[in-house]
Amino acid sequence: MTVMEQRGAYRPAPPPAWQLRTDPAPLLPDAEPYRVLGTDAARKADQELLLCLHGELVRGRRYNTQATALTKQGRLAVYPSSTGQEACEIAAALALREQDWLFPSYRDTLAAVARGLDPVAALTLLRGDWHTGYDPREHRIAPLCTPLATQLPHAVGLAHAARLKGDDVVALAMVGDGGTSEGDFHEALNFAAVWQAPVVFLVQNNGFAISVPLAKQTAAPSLAHKAVGYGMPGRLVDGNDAVAVHEVLSEAVHRAREGGGPTLIEAVTYRMEAHTNADDATRYRHDAEVEAWQDHDPILLVERELTERGLLDEDRRRTVRDDAEAMAADLRSRMNQEPALDPMDLFTHVYAEQTTQLREQAAQLRAELAAENEADGAGA
Amino acid sequence: MTTVAVKPATMGQALGRALRDAMADDPSVHVLGEDVGTLGGVFRVTDGLAKEFGDDRCTDTPLAEAGILGTAVGMAMYGLRPVVEMQFDAFAYPAFEQLISHVARMRNRTRGGMPLPITIRVPYGGGIGGVEHHSDSSEAYYMATPGLHVVTPATVADAYGLLRASIASDDPVVFLEPKRLYWSKADWNPDAPAGVDPIGKAVVRRAGRSATLLTYGPSVPVCLEAAEAARAEGWDLEVVDLRSLVPFDDETVTASVRRTGRAVVVHESGGFGGPGGEIAARVTERCFHHLEAPVLRVAGFDIPYPPPMLERHHLPGVDRILDAVARLQWEAES
Repeated sequence: MTVMEQRGAYRPAPPPAWQLRTDPAPLLPDAEPYRVLGTDAARKADQELLLCLHGELVRGRRYNTQATALTKQGRLAVYPSSTGQEACEIAAALALREQDWLFPSYRDTLAAVARGLDPVAALTLLRGDWHTGYDPREHRIAPLCTPLATQLPHAVGLAHAARLKGDDVVALAMVGDGGTSEGDFHEALNFAAVWQAPVVFLVQNNGFAISVPLAKQTAAPSLAHKAVGYGMPGRLVDGNDAVAVHEVLSEAVHRAREGGGPTLIEAVTYRMEAHTNADDATRYRHDAEVEAWQDHDPILLVERELTERGLLDEDRRRTVRDDAEAMAADLRSRMNQEPALDPMDLFTHVYAEQTTQLREQAAQLRAELAAENEADGAGA
Repeated sequence: MTTVAVKPATMGQALGRALRDAMADDPSVHVLGEDVGTLGGVFRVTDGLAKEFGDDRCTDTPLAEAGILGTAVGMAMYGLRPVVEMQFDAFAYPAFEQLISHVARMRNRTRGGMPLPITIRVPYGGGIGGVEHHSDSSEAYYMATPGLHVVTPATVADAYGLLRASIASDDPVVFLEPKRLYWSKADWNPDAPAGVDPIGKAVVRRAGRSATLLTYGPSVPVCLEAAEAARAEGWDLEVVDLRSLVPFDDETVTASVRRTGRAVVVHESGGFGGPGGEIAARVTERCFHHLEAPVLRVAGFDIPYPPPMLERHHLPGVDRILDAVARLQWEAES
């Protein structure tokens, strides 16, 4: 027998102890984003939920336009608007219970407000009077996170810790499509799946990472498909369909709570405004594309269903509008007041106990401020 | 009257004992890292912890340093007190963004609302014949990040005491373990381990009158050896073990240098942009009129860490330290 013949006769066994570790089929997302509004299933949507979502969406849109206006008046340093993405923001907040935690990115101010955070306190980072304007533990809302995807492992660690302590707590971590390219996205999903941590990852795929479209960000079939590689289910949902987003998120939160582990949800939506007020979206996208999404606006989709059911008369519209206007007026008036600033705060919270070096530097600043005051006094 | 059993123990054993005692005293202390569970860590510092406290308290994580530190942040946000192990100095670099952007800033960001009591253990420094990426002295990066404490022991007793103090601290501590001292031995009583002063206190390891060697971590034993050798030259050297780079103990350092009038800073880390520049500047600012000579630095060369067969040329040794001492303008004395 020749060597080649011998090789032909050799039937290799599979590598020892190898087996498929989990069946990938149930983890796969559907081929199309899940929708409720505009389909037959919409008839079954709860009336109270629809009315609640409508009120919150209108309020959320008004919050976005007011905050953007505040940047033009110099009252906010910057505002990354979630206009067009309100369904994701609102549903994220509404799907959580009191004891659950929200881990927002910098574009998710609205989710924090919808969870009950004071609208002015939510804007502290973007106003620039401090980095965070609220106590995260009191509201169970982590600080708005600027470095992309770095809040995701925090959500995993917190959920893991809660589970170790035997507490019924779910963490919802929010990230954008661009953030899914970051290493922290990968590490967070991997840790979450290995630990079976009660976490829900919500990716708002709004089409752009500042100017870079999704096609340059990933070659995956969808962002939801990435879940399969970690051994967790991926869900694809129409991010402008508030009812669908609320349903999918609530299911994932429930699953996490019951010990079913993490879920990755991709909500397909669109960033109607530029990245921030400092960005110029005309440099990288056409108006026609934006216009196509206007007919798929999250408020419009809910209003169509409410109108169909005869639930949206002029009275109802006025009530919702007045509520939103009252919120905006309050926001305007409070944001037009100068925030209280104390430069000595710069040294107060760096460490539990100030180091000698910081005490010396604080004394230096105090002396500079005293000299400034004296000079102001002399000039007056 | 009870007699205390004192027997030789290694620094690695003292560190392990500190972890064990901290975990026994406080159920919120959790250890996590690569190979820290079943294996007991590549240096065996966490040996036995998983067995004694279970996998949930001493956890083998996936191999991802940013994930380890990032999840530790979340655990600390929920009230736990994580102690993470970075397997080697250079393997800690993937965790830098979490460290710098979150660990160091969370207390300040939240006006004290959300402190992060995380201890990050990092075996550091050379001298063990490690191949590339296993011997870095990365302390300057950590020192340059406000919000972190940077602590490093040089003795068996300090390894225990400083690690206990670091875990008890409500601030994040980068705890640098001189890996070539893991096997160093000292008489130490594990049944009555002594505490230490709070983090931030330097200690005079050897009193002397001629000049002060300012050093820390793996260079402390080298400096003590140099001080012994210096006696033959007629120099009586003082050796100050900084123990903590942040906070920096200006008081102890200044008092020593004012007494001796001369100072040399000794560390493995590169000289340019290294800790020695900051230390020399602080000493000069505070002791100018007491100084008989410029403050000198004996540091690693400003090169990528050498391959193991060449590392002895890089590491500050007794001769290089004595050469520096010899340059402290003694002629002015006569």
